[in-house]
Amino acid sequence: MASIVLRGVDKIYAGGVKAVNGLDLEIKDGEFMVLVGPSGCGKSTALRMIAGLEDISGGEIHIGDKVVNHLPPKDRDIAMVFQNYALYPHMTVEENLAFGLKLRKMPKAEIQRRVVEAANMLGLEGYLKRKPAALSGGQRQRVAMGRAIVREPRAFLMDEPLSNLDAKLRVSMRASLNQLHERLGVTTVYVTHDQVEAMTLGDRVCVLKDGVLQQVDTPQNLFDRPVNLFVAGFMGSPAMNFVTADLVRDGIAFANYRLPIPASTFTDKPGLGDYIGRKLIVGVRPSDFEDARSANGHNEGWARIPVRVSVTEELGSEINVLFTIDAPPVMHKDALALAQDAAGDEADGSLPLGGGKSLWTARVNSRSQVRPNQDLELVVDTHNLHFFDPESGLAIGHPANVRG
Amino acid sequence: MMTTATAPGAHAAPRPGLAARIAGRAGGGLIQVFLILIGLFWLLPTLGLLVVSIRDETDNNASGWWTFFTKPAQLTFENYTNLLSSGFTSSFWNTVWITVPSTVLVIGIAAMAGYAFAWIEFPGRDLVFLVVVGLLVVPIQIALIPIAKLYGFLGIFGSIPGVVLFHVAFGLPFAIFLLRNFFVGIPRELLEAARMDGAGEWKIFSTVVFPLAKPAVASLGIFQFLWVWNDLLIALVFADTENQPMTKALQSQMRQFGTNVDILAPGAFLSLIVPLILFFAFQRYFVRGLLAGSVK
Repeated sequence: MASIVLRGVDKIYAGGVKAVNGLDLEIKDGEFMVLVGPSGCGKSTALRMIAGLEDISGGEIHIGDKVVNHLPPKDRDIAMVFQNYALYPHMTVEENLAFGLKLRKMPKAEIQRRVVEAANMLGLEGYLKRKPAALSGGQRQRVAMGRAIVREPRAFLMDEPLSNLDAKLRVSMRASLNQLHERLGVTTVYVTHDQVEAMTLGDRVCVLKDGVLQQVDTPQNLFDRPVNLFVAGFMGSPAMNFVTADLVRDGIAFANYRLPIPASTFTDKPGLGDYIGRKLIVGVRPSDFEDARSANGHNEGWARIPVRVSVTEELGSEINVLFTIDAPPVMHKDALALAQDAAGDEADGSLPLGGGKSLWTARVNSRSQVRPNQDLELVVDTHNLHFFDPESGLAIGHPANVRG
Repeated sequence: MMTTATAPGAHAAPRPGLAARIAGRAGGGLIQVFLILIGLFWLLPTLGLLVVSIRDETDNNASGWWTFFTKPAQLTFENYTNLLSSGFTSSFWNTVWITVPSTVLVIGIAAMAGYAFAWIEFPGRDLVFLVVVGLLVVPIQIALIPIAKLYGFLGIFGSIPGVVLFHVAFGLPFAIFLLRNFFVGIPRELLEAARMDGAGEWKIFSTVVFPLAKPAVASLGIFQFLWVWNDLLIALVFADTENQPMTKALQSQMRQFGTNVDILAPGAFLSLIVPLILFFAFQRYFVRGLLAGSVK
């Protein structure tokens, strides 16, 4: 086991595309670090540089106490799980598992012991003589994991290992991965574009955008205290709602709403006071809304806003309420990048609203029984509002952004 | 080039109605009859050759080979025993000594070159590959005289290694082209996984890429084998009488008037049977891909 340290790591492809830009990252011994970001953010490239499958254009990568910049993959003592499993199709499961050990000239008895142990751990005992073609997707995924485990490497690298599984299997494999990490305690670097996977698996999560590190922190801290607009919008599902608002002495005003801000917020977020009389971007998590009726009794410090419901998504235990507000969508570049990511590869996946309206989402308790086209009174937890500079997109008052 | 691998039973077609099934079966039956007829028609010359080779010369001169089926008493293996006790056996072995190295060398060199062209980065790679592919258009005929001179200079004119070398040189461009394109189709992650597992280039080539290329190698092997086995032109130009393969030996039995059918027929049939055996031995590689289950 070993720590992995990246110092100012760059990756510049032929043609000048900078896939990774000055990445500094310290992964502690035994830590489960998740690299997350939209497609093309450089997360896979970063992982492949740690693996040794890509050259490093600049900076240093340490594994343990060794600089590995020029070590070939086989001398780095790390194992990798690929998105498409990359099992050797002409070998049985047993041969697949043993391949890396045989190449390292390990004694037969030891190979046998490790293969059997890994197979037991992953529930593959019955499939050792089968070839990958005769396995289901989940079984292949487990073989790919097993191939990494038998090596007993100093670190695991995983490149979106669950993204080819169907939704249900992905959730159960996610839990197994967690267990496995608990049990083996091996340093793991895990790449995903799925922020739910990132939140549930990571000891810490590293958010990347355009090859630049945005924030590294525990999942809860990323959720509660995002460092900028991009992280705020990327982490959490449904995504955070944004609006450009005017900050006045005791509250914010946007569309036709006016929300009070508790005095404690100004002390918690140094620098927020400087924005009084100016515009800033406000972010509200869908989970910080509640239906005023079902929130009765514990809505102290919560502001009320009446809305007209346009769409509801019933999830059983809660309802996502989509409504429009009379304010134009935030046009900050980070917000646009998020919208593009959500839309996938299409130029624009969301329906145009027009007329300077933007669509917000509130998550309310299912007891609310709200239906589309109803008027609804929502309450907002004003303690949890997020504020961002309209120019830089940085979170106002976040420790990382406070100078001095 | 790559065979598409579909999991068995993955696409179970919906059951058609009874009428459609009857019509389908009848149609399928007709098609089968038609295909069998074509197959028999194609086999006819070979069958004729076989029959001619097991009748004696006088019978062959007196009546057509198809009379054998009404008078099976004509059967004799005399032609074969005569042939095998003559010098023909040595030309059979010459053919083997020319064909086997020519095939093995072409596959071995082309596989390594194809791997390099597909997966190893080196300066000028694409240009060199382009040149190799460009060599495909060079006809053998224009090389005969220059190579003959060169062989004379090197002192290998007329020898078996000379013939082999010529076959290898002219077999390589296509072989490299074919294998490189097959290797490129192997998922990159498979090679990377092997690299992570601790394999160097040679191990990746020999334990992952080459085994996966069995279908391509088998078809290439068959083609190369057949070209060399059946070659007459190169043997005529480059092989001395003592080193001549079967094709040249058989050709020398042709006369301006009439032929030595008692030698030609069994000889031709012998030269036919070996590639056939080889083809049936490897035929399963032609029909299925080996990549199933590797990725996704």
